This record gives sequence, structure tokens and C-alpha cells, in this order.
Amino acid sequence: MTDKALMERLVHFRSKPENQSPFAVYIGLKILDIDKGEATVSVPYAEHLAGNSLTGILHGGIITTTLDAVCGLSVIAALGGPTTIATLDLRIDYLKPATPKEDVFAYGHCYKVTRNVCFVRGIAYQSDKSKPIANATATFMITAKGTGKEVQKNAQPELAQGETK
Amino acid sequence: MSFMELIKRAKENQDFSILSENIPYMKALGINVHQYGGLLITTLKANPQLAGNPWIPALHGGNIGGLLEMAAIVQLAHDQESDDLPRTINITVEYLRTGFIKDLHAKALVTKRGRRVANVQVQCWQDDPGKPVASMHGHFLMS
Repeated sequence: MTDKALMERLVHFRSKPENQSPFAVYIGLKILDIDKGEATVSVPYAEHLAGNSLTGILHGGIITTTLDAVCGLSVIAALGGPTTIATLDLRIDYLKPATPKEDVFAYGHCYKVTRNVCFVRGIAYQSDKSKPIANATATFMITAKGTGKEVQKNAQPELAQGETK
Repeated sequence: MSFMELIKRAKENQDFSILSENIPYMKALGINVHQYGGLLITTLKANPQLAGNPWIPALHGGNIGGLLEMAAIVQLAHDQESDDLPRTINITVEYLRTGFIKDLHAKALVTKRGRRVANVQVQCWQDDPGKPVASMHGHFLMS
């Protein structure tokens, strides 16, 4: 399911030049879908970002960037709108090499929001979502003003339930 | 030329610029390797295009992760005699400070090199090595 209103807000926010992430623009990262606490993005294949010019396989750093971006976006989607966050940690398991010349997709799911920290899972895949190329686990810190109760109040209720640490 | 051939040539000539000239990702991001004594330092050159946060501006976390992973692989490949390319199994990046648009330097430490798997720790910093921007640990398949 798509949260159309939230997606429109985020896409509109990111379409303004002052809000654009220079590196996301450089690699051609696009938002494909936004739902409550969920995000899907795509990055087109680019020969000049390969880790090896013989094989043309994308460098792991690009997969890292894509997963970091989609995980962050899922946190924004969970918090209900643009806010500032910072990655605390990001673990990536490389399950198989990316197939050259195929675009990369990534899906992130922020499954828990607390007062200061958000918890996220993500995968990167190509043609088949059931056969991911990488798996990610990340935590994000909410750095925006009004951190705490206020931010959590705006968060998607089902993600913010329960005790906060 | 394969990655291991590039490393071999770099070691022979004591000049690692051949890596950034031939590896598309290193060239695109501006990652270079320099040797100081026996120490390998991998550097990501300051470039506003590498920002993820446009307001500070701050380096994209993925680029910091990419530099750290690159530093680990270069160190592993440099230390070994065999022709097998170390392949990343997983990495965990801990982000400690904002990475500003300044040169970012990384140094890798091979904690354990097994026959099949190696464990590597990498730290990166900007002005002061005592104030790391991020640290990483990862596992790499060696054969």
C-alpha cells in the first residue's frame, strides 16, 4: 500500500534544490514508493560506479549508500514528514554480487520508533525481490529540535507503541 | 587488469595511484591510497557532490561506508601473497561524528586473518586521528 499524501509531501520536499542530497542526485536515486514506515527507492546501473572495470559489478559502496538512504527515508516516513536524523550504525550483509547492467532497488522498513532512536531493516535487490543482493540492519538517531515526545507524537502510532527508553 | 594485478603492480612500484586510475568507483568518488612507511592510508578527497545532507553540508553515510570498505579490501589485498580477491561478507559501520566536506582518511587494522575469513577494523578521521568520524568492522572471504 502507498501512503499517497505522505509520498507526495516527501517527493515535493525533495524536489526543491535546497533540500536535495547532492550524492543522491549524482547516483540518480529515485523514490518509488512510500508507506507508513516503509520506503522503496531505485538506483540506475552506472558503469562508472563499478568496483571492477573487468566485471562491471557495482561497488559495495553504492549498495551501502542506497541502503543507508532507503533506511533513512523509511525513518522519515515513520516520523510522518521531513525531519533531521543521523545514522548511528549500519550493518550490511552482502548476499550475492549485483548483476552488472541491472538497476538496483532497495526497500527499508522502520519497525520501531522511540523517543531518540529508530530501528530499521532493509534489503537491496535487482529483478527479484525475493532474492536480495544485500541485507541491512540500521539504527537512526532523531536529531531534530523537539526530539522526544513531540516527534513521537507525530510518528505513525503503531510504530511508536510501547515503552520508550 | 584485475584488482589483484593492480595491487601487485602498486606494491612493486610503491605507487598506489594505479588503483584510482583503474577502479571506476575509486575514480568517481576520488578515493586514493598512499603509503607512509609501512602504513596504508586510504583517503576520500573533499567534494561537495559527496554530501548526503545538503544543509550542514555533511558527507553521505554511504560514502563513508564505501571508503571504509575500500580501505579494508586494499589492506587485505596488500598484505597477502595469493591472487584471491578478498570478498566482503558483511560490514558494520558505526557513525560517531559528522563527516564534513573535508578530506577523510581511513586506516585499516587486520584483527585476524584466517585461512578462509579475515576480520578487519577500520577507522576514519578528518583533522584529528583522535577524533574518528566513523569506525567499521567487517568480515571478508579470503578464498
